[in-house]
Amino acid sequence: MDFDLSDELRLMRDTVRRLARDRIAPRAAEIDETGEYPEDIFQAFKEAGLLGLCHSEEYGGAGLGTLGLCLAVEEVAKYCCASGLMLLLTKLSTAAFIYGGTEAQKRKYIRGTCEGTRRGCFCLTEPGAGSDAASISTRAERKGDFYVLNGTKCFISGAPVADFFVVAAKTKAEAGHKGVSVFVIDRGTPGLSIGKIERKMGVKGVPVSEVILEDCRVPAENLVGVENEGFKLVMSSLNSVRPVVAARGLGLAQGALQYAVEYTRQRQAFGKRLCDHQGLRWSMAEMAMEIEAARWLVYRAAKIVDEGHAGKEVAHYFSIAKAYASEVAVRTAHRALQLLGGYGYMKDYPLERFYRDARQLMIVEGTSEIQREIISRAIVDGTLNWL
Amino acid sequence: MDFTVSEEMQAMKRTVREFVDGEVDTYARQIEEEDRVPEHLLQKAREMGLFGMSIPEEYGGLGLGMLDRCLLLEELGRAPAGFVTVMATNIGIGCTGIVEMGTEGQKRKYLPAMARGEKIGAFALTEPEAGSDATNLKTTAVRHGDRWIINGVKHFITNGPIADVVTVIAVTDRQKGARGGFSAFLVEKGFPGFHVGTIEKKMGLRGSQTSELIFDNCEVPAENLLGEEGRGYASALRILGKGRVGLGARCVGASEKLLEMCTKYAQQRVQFGKPIATFQAIQWMLADIAVETAAAKALTRQVAWMIDQGYRCIKEAAMVKLFASEVLGRVADRAVQIYGGMGYMKDFPIERFYRDARITRIYEGTNEIQRLVVAGELLKEFA
Repeated sequence: MDFDLSDELRLMRDTVRRLARDRIAPRAAEIDETGEYPEDIFQAFKEAGLLGLCHSEEYGGAGLGTLGLCLAVEEVAKYCCASGLMLLLTKLSTAAFIYGGTEAQKRKYIRGTCEGTRRGCFCLTEPGAGSDAASISTRAERKGDFYVLNGTKCFISGAPVADFFVVAAKTKAEAGHKGVSVFVIDRGTPGLSIGKIERKMGVKGVPVSEVILEDCRVPAENLVGVENEGFKLVMSSLNSVRPVVAARGLGLAQGALQYAVEYTRQRQAFGKRLCDHQGLRWSMAEMAMEIEAARWLVYRAAKIVDEGHAGKEVAHYFSIAKAYASEVAVRTAHRALQLLGGYGYMKDYPLERFYRDARQLMIVEGTSEIQREIISRAIVDGTLNWL
Repeated sequence: MDFTVSEEMQAMKRTVREFVDGEVDTYARQIEEEDRVPEHLLQKAREMGLFGMSIPEEYGGLGLGMLDRCLLLEELGRAPAGFVTVMATNIGIGCTGIVEMGTEGQKRKYLPAMARGEKIGAFALTEPEAGSDATNLKTTAVRHGDRWIINGVKHFITNGPIADVVTVIAVTDRQKGARGGFSAFLVEKGFPGFHVGTIEKKMGLRGSQTSELIFDNCEVPAENLLGEEGRGYASALRILGKGRVGLGARCVGASEKLLEMCTKYAQQRVQFGKPIATFQAIQWMLADIAVETAAAKALTRQVAWMIDQGYRCIKEAAMVKLFASEVLGRVADRAVQIYGGMGYMKDFPIERFYRDARITRIYEGTNEIQRLVVAGELLKEFA
């Protein structure tokens, strides 16, 4: 059991750490304040070769796997949760191709993503289908050499800036999860439009919107995987990205704690530094314990993906990591904000942004409740398997 | 032990609730976006006498006791917190000093206008170097003939930019420190040398302004000393203590509103072919919200009653603030989760409740300080 990072991973992580500290941190407050998508940060990622971290070198990626992506997202999320999400989207939007794409699709979309010439998004959620993903109602009807798609997706991260849309739709209406197919649709395809752009509590730098499909004609070769077997693709996609969502939480929690501890070294009350007050020291200890526990859950889950597993038999590992790390992020942001007292509530200090940004982590990409469903199912079925 | 709420108070509660749920709420988004409360809502509140809840009838207020005040604050707690804060600060820490420690002259000068909501009150204790460590004050007040000259900076003062009369705590004798060396003063907007500094941008509480107050050789007439010279710290603690129970009532009101909203939403939202309210885990979340809210409500009302009876209640008031604010925090968090993705979107009020709730565990004495107060009293009681 080797808990060390390879030299390659350590080198990449250190590079990202510097980038995050020098170029992303100074922009984080502004990104939140203006809600403007940080194109400059995207370009910085592109220049540093970070857009293809988890993808194979064959398609222009860095070949550092999901673990590599987790490490990078962790470093970025210490300063800016929105920027961390931008990196995550490089995997979320392309995972379906990994698990079911044709060679042509991989060359086009994975390579495009790695090179920064294409930005994608993953379109599953609908107004009537959040946790209940199998009840999506977007329809895809085969008509000759095309599929015609109709429906509305909502809460899609990155949609307003996306070049391609990976869309889950029903090719067999009444078949539940057995009637789902996945398609990739290029921006500009007639019948695909961006709808309402949401105003959110936090993570304001990444725009979230509706994606509207009205008689959208998609060439048959844009089907990803096999017709009616798309649900498995969707699940593999979500499962394999879960460790990266967890990494967002891990990074945010560390960033919050780091900032708060430094503050407590400066701030005095009752004749001593805040960090010399026992109650506050113990609060820091609680935070550190949870962060360390989350860390190893995240890295372990990432390694499982890199070993080639993303199916039902290992899903609980990803769920445990995601549920735990996202909840640690929320608790840590809460406690760290409290260490700043009144200043923690003021926008001149970053903690209130961390607090707002953290909260979505328990909801997106499978709520904490759904994660508990997955975990408990594995327990009761006997799949939970202490490797 | 009679827990009945009088007919009269039930009627008043209904009136306030109709105002809050029916009228104020329709402006919630506007208040949030403009960071300003529409004047006509404040005017309506004035006409209802809400600004003078805690001011005795002889000075034009409603003269409500602590319990009755809390019954109405429960209803006000349902409204956007920024809106309530303008009034609640006025009723609580903004005027308590004058009501409890003011001379007849001071009471007659300020209270009637405050009761009518024409003059807004604020309380200025906190400084950049004195938050929880409230005895570490730097603002000084020096006697000069028939005036006091105040110098210093207060910050994080709720209602700061709109206050007409501020209760200011300053050092009058540094040697004595908090015990005998602090005094309280009533400073009016317009006194020479007094002005508003930076207005803070906050996570929530939009519509309510929080700012620095700057005293630059500020001249205060001698008759504006509030209470006895040297007794300022005790006055401050008394003012804060009274405010704690009112804050508890507001937290209870907000928690109740969230409970209603979540329960209704869970019955409407369908996933997996049924309303999410049929799922066990969601039912448990609703139950936990209800139980904690009921407990906070009972504690708040009981302590409010004790204050009306004349009991000391230092420990109890701290317990109320501590408990009710933490309950609200947990309730708001569960509410976000029950609403799922919608709970994160500004189109729904839930995310605002979440942001507004966060400050309740910090201001008016952080919950860490409240715990120290409770422990301190216990250690004395059981020495």
